Amino acid sequence: MQSNAALEYDYSVAKLFTYTTILFGFLGMLIGTLIASQLAFPELNYLLGEYGTFSRLRPMHTNIVIFGFTLSGIWATFYYVGQRTLKVSMAESKFLMFIGKLHFWLYFFGALVAVVTLLMGISASKEYAEFEWPVDVVIVLVWVLWGISIFGLIGIRREKSLYISLWYYIACFLGIAMLYLFNNMEVPTYFVSGGIGSIFHSVSMYSGTNDALVQWWYGHNAVAFGFTVPIVAMIYYYLPKESGQAVYSYKLSLLSFWGLMFVYLWAGSHHVLWSTVPDWMQTMGSIFSVVLILPSWGSAINMLLTMKGEWNQLTENPLIKFMVLASTFYMLSTLEGPIQAVKSVNAIAHFTDWIPGHVHDGVLGWVVFMIMAALFHMAPRMFKREIYSKKLMEAQFWLQTTAVVLYFTSMWIAGITQGMMWRAVDEYGNLMYSFIDTVAVLHPYYTIRTLAGVLYLVGFLMFAFNMVKTMTASRKLEEEPQFRSPMAA
Amino acid sequence: MDIRELQGYASFFMTIFLVVILYGYIIHLYRSEKKGERDYEKYGNMALDDEIDSAPIEQNPKTQREKTEGNK
Ligand code: HEM
Repeated sequence: MQSNAALEYDYSVAKLFTYTTILFGFLGMLIGTLIASQLAFPELNYLLGEYGTFSRLRPMHTNIVIFGFTLSGIWATFYYVGQRTLKVSMAESKFLMFIGKLHFWLYFFGALVAVVTLLMGISASKEYAEFEWPVDVVIVLVWVLWGISIFGLIGIRREKSLYISLWYYIACFLGIAMLYLFNNMEVPTYFVSGGIGSIFHSVSMYSGTNDALVQWWYGHNAVAFGFTVPIVAMIYYYLPKESGQAVYSYKLSLLSFWGLMFVYLWAGSHHVLWSTVPDWMQTMGSIFSVVLILPSWGSAINMLLTMKGEWNQLTENPLIKFMVLASTFYMLSTLEGPIQAVKSVNAIAHFTDWIPGHVHDGVLGWVVFMIMAALFHMAPRMFKREIYSKKLMEAQFWLQTTAVVLYFTSMWIAGITQGMMWRAVDEYGNLMYSFIDTVAVLHPYYTIRTLAGVLYLVGFLMFAFNMVKTMTASRKLEEEPQFRSPMAA
Repeated sequence: MDIRELQGYASFFMTIFLVVILYGYIIHLYRSEKKGERDYEKYGNMALDDEIDSAPIEQNPKTQREKTEGNK
């Protein structure tokens, strides 16, 4: 044990992904705020010619926050948590180090190509699967490299059992691999059209209802295995570690894991309720969505109970605040989702602003909060400096919490108003409102969402500033903190 | 019975089957702890005690410490 005192964890890959998390987070949310403004003030569509229109920017927003920000966050934390819970350093294997770096650089290259192609309007036109096939090929390669890293590290581990977080990372890896491959089965148009169409454009191998079904089986599970599973992986590591409290019930964590795996894959058809897919499949989607509350809350409650007897930390340590709020928002959105999946509610909610409202209480409150907390926790360990400013972190917390609340409350009101207006009929059964009537009514709520976007973006900039200062200018640490992350007032 | 109906029944019975498995798993977890065969809760410490030189909760027999010294 004493003999390899010189051996240390190697964070070079985790650091690289940390940088891209911050970069893509900023970029994605900047575009998010811009498109939110465009919905409130349509003149803003004409700032940059074709490149500045809502239709061009919306897929850029979703893809940059999902495949740029969130994936980078997942990998930054994986290359950290993976080593630590397996008690093995990447420095021990030149091969894994090489694969890790290649993973990063190929990913970065792919991301640049992806951003440029989307900006040019090259798109497969399936939500969250917009990238055309050449980009898909790069993504598959990147994914394989990640797989080699995961299983390579596991192969040389000292700790025999895999900590629960790793189970979740592995599920993320396998789940997305399967979903992505099946939903992106496509043929270049050139071949289908007998040489007329473009080689870089493609058409799906499925058609009609089947295409919709596969698409939403994918789309929903992109949320499951991209926004839920890996973020749960994070909270199972970072909250116990930061608070110094072991997870409340390890058995419950195992149970929630299998519960989640079992239920999530069947819930996707709630995206196509009242459509042409078979009835039983719609019902199955609704039922599984409701059942999904159990494993989701299983993890969230497990996290809250981990803080049992230690709630004073909530007031003392802003990092704990971020994570407790994250798991609370996880509970909120995993209750809201099932409600929206009930057929009768869905009849009102579908196609309305309530859906982006739901999406963003999940992503802003849960995904982004958890990823930022993880990065904050890692910073003193990776850069061997204390966190630059606790005050700034506190201010950021309140600013962004306000922003999330403004975002989802305005969209709840907007969505339900919209849904009610669309279906309102007079005594003769004629529709009472035309589409433009709803647009006029919704304008104030769109403005509130724009404000929410600005506040959240400013909060993210505070986070980025705090991180950069931590990396470069903060007080140096003599030794690695065990639990609570040190921070300057 | 057409294919769609068949798919519906297949999905229903598979659900029942998987639910039974899941409940079986719960019982398995609690029973093996009660009998003293396993202690699942100790794995929670993997996150807390994760220094590279701290003793693993369960040593992986394939990578004893000595082996890694050579690499350093
Ligand atoms: C400053 C923060 C953000 C703002 C202002 C914002 C704004 C928006 C807007 C205006 C839309 C389009 C809604 C519509 O078409 O009606 C949207 C969609 C979306 N955003 Fe964001 N966003 C932000 C951050 C994020 C983050 C961090 C994520 C994920 C990590 C995210 C994920 C999504 C997704 C998945 C959609 C598609 C929703 C759907 O199809 O229903 N957003 N966002």
